[in-house]
Amino acid sequence: MTFRAEHLLGIEHLSPTDITAILDLADQYVDLNRSDRKHSEVLAGQTQVNMFFENSTRTQASFEIAGKRLGADVMNMAMQASSIKKGETLIDTALTLNAMHPDLLVVRHPHSGAVNLLAEKVNCAVLNAGDGRHEHPTQALLDALTIRRAKGRLHRLNVAICGDIAHSRVARSNILLLGKMENRIRLVGPPTLMPSEIDQFGVEVYEDMREGLEDVDVVMMLRLQRERMDGGFIPSEREYYHRYGLDAEKLSHAKNDAIVMHPGPMNRGVEIDGTLADDINRSVIQEQVEMGVAVRMACMELLVKARKLKPVGVMV
Amino acid sequence: MLLLTNALLIDPEANTAEPGSVLIKDGRINEVLPQDADLTSYSVPAGTAIDCNGKCLAPGIVDIGVKVCEPGERHKESFRTAGQAAAAGGVTTMVTRPDTMPTVDTPETLEFAKRRGSEMTDVRIAPMASLTKERAGREMVEMGFLQDGGAVAFTDGDHVVTDTKVLSRAMVYARSLGALVMGHPQEPILSDGAAVTSGKFASLRGLPAVSPLAERMGLERDLALIEATKVRYHADQISCAAALPALKRAKDAGLDVTAGVSIHHLTLNELDVGDYRTFFKVKPPLRNEDDRQAMVEAVATGLIDIICSMHTPQDEESKRLPFEQAASGAVGLETLLPAAMRLYHAEQLSLPELFRAMSLNPAKRLGLDGGRLSAGAPADLVLFDPDAPFVMNRETLKSKSKNTPFDGQRMQGRVLRTFVAGREVYAR
Repeated sequence: MTFRAEHLLGIEHLSPTDITAILDLADQYVDLNRSDRKHSEVLAGQTQVNMFFENSTRTQASFEIAGKRLGADVMNMAMQASSIKKGETLIDTALTLNAMHPDLLVVRHPHSGAVNLLAEKVNCAVLNAGDGRHEHPTQALLDALTIRRAKGRLHRLNVAICGDIAHSRVARSNILLLGKMENRIRLVGPPTLMPSEIDQFGVEVYEDMREGLEDVDVVMMLRLQRERMDGGFIPSEREYYHRYGLDAEKLSHAKNDAIVMHPGPMNRGVEIDGTLADDINRSVIQEQVEMGVAVRMACMELLVKARKLKPVGVMV
Repeated sequence: MLLLTNALLIDPEANTAEPGSVLIKDGRINEVLPQDADLTSYSVPAGTAIDCNGKCLAPGIVDIGVKVCEPGERHKESFRTAGQAAAAGGVTTMVTRPDTMPTVDTPETLEFAKRRGSEMTDVRIAPMASLTKERAGREMVEMGFLQDGGAVAFTDGDHVVTDTKVLSRAMVYARSLGALVMGHPQEPILSDGAAVTSGKFASLRGLPAVSPLAERMGLERDLALIEATKVRYHADQISCAAALPALKRAKDAGLDVTAGVSIHHLTLNELDVGDYRTFFKVKPPLRNEDDRQAMVEAVATGLIDIICSMHTPQDEESKRLPFEQAASGAVGLETLLPAAMRLYHAEQLSLPELFRAMSLNPAKRLGLDGGRLSAGAPADLVLFDPDAPFVMNRETLKSKSKNTPFDGQRMQGRVLRTFVAGREVYAR
């Protein structure tokens, strides 16, 4: 099959075959990344710009390493410190960068839909590295690759996504991806952290964590995004940990071989027990980070190649 | 003197649409003649008879809640451009909002708006004033002076007066003057920061959202104060089914309450926002399809009295932003009538019902003379073709701001001529 997407703005617009194509290619990059010579020339001569309007160390590093290993020229722009403070609008920033002929823009923005807006105004491929509470497609893809490698398949699994669903773009992208691949999805968390009418997304909603984890294959924990909260969603951190923090006892309700995932960065002792997070028999959290680089390499390669299949408009 | 012959006369008072002619004298409708009337006895001077070719002739639209961005933001809309847009849209009376910079909250600013309106436009201006000074919700305005100066209603627009003591006193004072208070039913804390209506779509797009219940709560609060103060009250926009039972109870109880709805909430729903299209960001946010249907039904039964455009010009810069940050509002003066024709073609509302809500009811509610198609009424008229198809191109709008959600959409219904006091102010 041919991957034809112009941009990667979300999982919403990907088909199951697109997803499989990305994961298959990423599998190859896992091998490359584990080899001595971690370098390919797939993106040689291409310019990749990472525009992060929101702080991120891990994701930005992952995209930077992915680009460099593919041979691209990578530039990081810390947008919080730059022109935004001088009052430049998002679109003007995009047009300015566009004039420098980048081939790939990797964008993170605190507002939902901002990356879509930016993608309309540039003529290079745009990769969404997380926008507001909307989507974070590469995170869902790396989670999918981790699950596929740990479980041997990416369908007919019981997956529980736990915690702050309402403020989480990771949860949205994962719900869409796991749904497209025909898995059974459970959402576990306090009702104050559930988005409205989330039950219409083909998921089961649980307020009790033990019930929610019953017989699941995958436990996906989310970061409790304290910095996003207006305040007053939960009574206290310690009550949250008591009722929704993942520990060995709560995990015992899941299948014996259930894996534990977390997109990071973790709040140990808030949403997950520290010892459990480090348990190499259950936790695949480090694998997720490793898969992240491979999945991002695959996405970037497919996007840039899809661009070359069609003539790109001339910017005036 | 002017004779309009061979028209389909839309009479919202009689609830009829029948062929006939209209004779205009001294700026007023002199006589309404049936189709079979002998017109030969009416010897009008050459060039003052217009054959309407069977097209529809209706009382001009009285649009409550037009924002003319003057004073303060003339780059978005001026009285001149708003007046041109109104004339092109069949709006013969613009009931203007006070949420300008500065606020229309003194007799002096009101005088400015009135003077600019009469100097720069060919349509009628009926200005509203704010209810509290600077719309800050603390001190009431000089309602008596403003009413003497021509303010037809008092409203703080979308700034909800949260201090119920201030609001109830302002209502009592307004009642003593017989003044109309226009409220914006909304629980402001719940709706703070919301960009869309909560539900599946909001969750999918990850946008901050507000439940329609915030509107019901705002309305219920206002209704309790109205019951206590007996003030004349108009709710600017009702947009969700959840608010309707309270409205019905209030009307059944005999409270002097009316309600409006914007044409956008009658013809669009939340899904139109699609991939974060900011021209569809309005206040209150677009609702789901069930709510939209309920609003259309409520207009048909008369529970909702008035359809308005909520004309809110925004320049390109305030809309070319991420959805959450983008400004709310849409222009509507020129698209009100063609959008309303969607409801007519969908056979949900008849032409007399539509003009009852767009012309007759708003005029009656504000104590204005227009809105009627009968002898003695001012000759404020719109001649339109309800079937004429066109594709909306926002660049053709006369408004300075082009933020219409109907851009690129297929529409039916075009204004052919507009008359104010018997004078033609627009011809296609």
